[in-house]
Amino acid sequence: MAESGNGGTQPLIELRDIQKHFGSVIALAGVSISVQPGECHCLLGDNGAGKSTFIKTMAGVHKPTEGEIYIDGQKTVFENPREAMMAGIATVYQDLAMIPLMSVTRNFFMGREPRKGFGPFKYIDFDQANQVTMDEMARMGINLREPDQAVGTLSGGERQTVAIARAVYFGAKVLILDEPTSALGVRQTSNVLATIDKVRKKGIGVVFISHNVRHAMAVGDRFTVLNRGQTLGTAVRGEIEADELQNLMAGGQELADLEGSLGGTV
Amino acid sequence: MADIGTEAAATADKPADERIQEISFLARMMRRPELGAIAGLIIVTAFFLIIADSNMFTLSGIMNFLAPAAQLGILAIGAALLMVGGEFDLSVGSMVALAGLVFGAALVTFQIPLPGAILVALAFACVIGAINGQIVLRTGLPSFIVTLAFLFIFRGLTLVGLKWATGGSTQLRGVKDAVGESWFVELFSGDAFEGLFAWLASAGLIDTFANGVPKVKGVPVEILWFIVIAGIATFVLTKTRFGNWIFASGGDAQAARYVGVPVARVKTILFVVTALCATLVAILTVLDAGSTDARRGFQKEFEAIIAAVIGGCLLTGGYGSAIGAAFGAIIFGMVLIGLSYTDIDQDWYLVFLGGMLLTAVLFNNFIRRRVTGER
Repeated sequence: MAESGNGGTQPLIELRDIQKHFGSVIALAGVSISVQPGECHCLLGDNGAGKSTFIKTMAGVHKPTEGEIYIDGQKTVFENPREAMMAGIATVYQDLAMIPLMSVTRNFFMGREPRKGFGPFKYIDFDQANQVTMDEMARMGINLREPDQAVGTLSGGERQTVAIARAVYFGAKVLILDEPTSALGVRQTSNVLATIDKVRKKGIGVVFISHNVRHAMAVGDRFTVLNRGQTLGTAVRGEIEADELQNLMAGGQELADLEGSLGGTV
Repeated sequence: MADIGTEAAATADKPADERIQEISFLARMMRRPELGAIAGLIIVTAFFLIIADSNMFTLSGIMNFLAPAAQLGILAIGAALLMVGGEFDLSVGSMVALAGLVFGAALVTFQIPLPGAILVALAFACVIGAINGQIVLRTGLPSFIVTLAFLFIFRGLTLVGLKWATGGSTQLRGVKDAVGESWFVELFSGDAFEGLFAWLASAGLIDTFANGVPKVKGVPVEILWFIVIAGIATFVLTKTRFGNWIFASGGDAQAARYVGVPVARVKTILFVVTALCATLVAILTVLDAGSTDARRGFQKEFEAIIAAVIGGCLLTGGYGSAIGAAFGAIIFGMVLIGLSYTDIDQDWYLVFLGGMLLTAVLFNNFIRRRVTGER
């Protein structure tokens, strides 16, 4: 499993040899990935492999102890999540994407509300905001009943889609999705995977974090496996089988033995 | 195969779903958080129209119950904004007393002119609100417990301060002499639109005494303050960016932070606004009475929170309405004063208060589940 680029174009984001230590705990011990435009790069790993720490480093929440981040080939240091957002790196967190009691429009524009009026009398341009929300959601294949319905009335998959549509609308170049499918049913999962495919076709680089190999295989172009804070390697679609990825994630041989006794159901 | 069940639920993702239908007017109304307060106001009004002496709904009767409603309402609107932002302030009642002391002492003890004394009191409120907010936000403790501590601290400070300012008494008098007469005083005490009311009286449109003086000389200024503040708070909460940030901070602070909402700043401003509301009530009541004492605003924090809850605020934050809280306060004033127009014993007031709170919470809970699809 050798590192193999995607036709040699400039990656949108590249992280080299990232290390992150929390006191004496080494959460990341040298992780490298790159994301090309229009690529879905899957980051796979079991619980505790360092996936969360790694994406938080990418999103500017953590500063790496060692290692470098390059945006469009430029070496960059993020001081906070806002700087990462400004650089076009949007993160959709699994549980924290949306506020259920607020309307879809209010969620969609939260923190970036379009305004009309002058001086202290500026108010939110709800006509425009509602229209944009309806249009962007329709583009993702969700027809809202009305833009002021509460997000709590949407299904889990729809909520993820609102969050993805929001990131895309506000100009994300790299979209990090933290386990977007792990809490969803079959139908909703396939909807979210279809959304990821649409986003990728716009030329946005997607980082898809999952521990479900089947979901990853469905949309992924490249696959990087993390284990115990280290990259086990990156594989290109078609070069690797689901079973191999599964075994890598679990750290080798044990799962293969276990799987034998479970009849290939894991 | 465990996911078969969710398949049916997920068909809502499909466009042109046969279950997508136009939302009725009724359902739209149900989504408004102030619905409960409006319904409550209609029920209570109907109750008193039937039961109470007809004098209650004359012009003077209405001013009678709107005046205390306005004082509570100003506090309740501040409390409602803060509750939507996800925090409580139990210190507002004591803050009314403490701000009254600061204002009274500035006028009487330090002989500062009225505009200066008002500025001193408002600046003091900003400091107190910021302290409340910073302690809550920096320690991460529930605002409930932090402001409960200040409920006692402020009440105690008021007692100590009053004794210091007066040389041993718990009442500070002489405010009216210190203030004197000026157009500026009119903004904070007495009645407004007196000319209009005198004209209405001479035209025979409103009730007058035998000598031709109207029974109601004008609209008490606190009612005007109440209406203006209710209007501003409703506009800010429902129409502005800051309003959206209030909902976001109360709904899920972490999610709000992730999209760049300055949650700490929003909540600090809300604590300051609550303290400013308490101080405005203190200024209005001190000027009205010409004195201040240690029991001002006693238990008003609970009444303000109850009015906010009747107005549709959830105790968990992220949902509620400023205009609803205003209606909640009017319900309060109506019941407090209205009972004296009936044969019902005044002491039923407290029973009613508790019953109203319980009904409002149950109703809000039910509505929220229906409207937001929480399961």
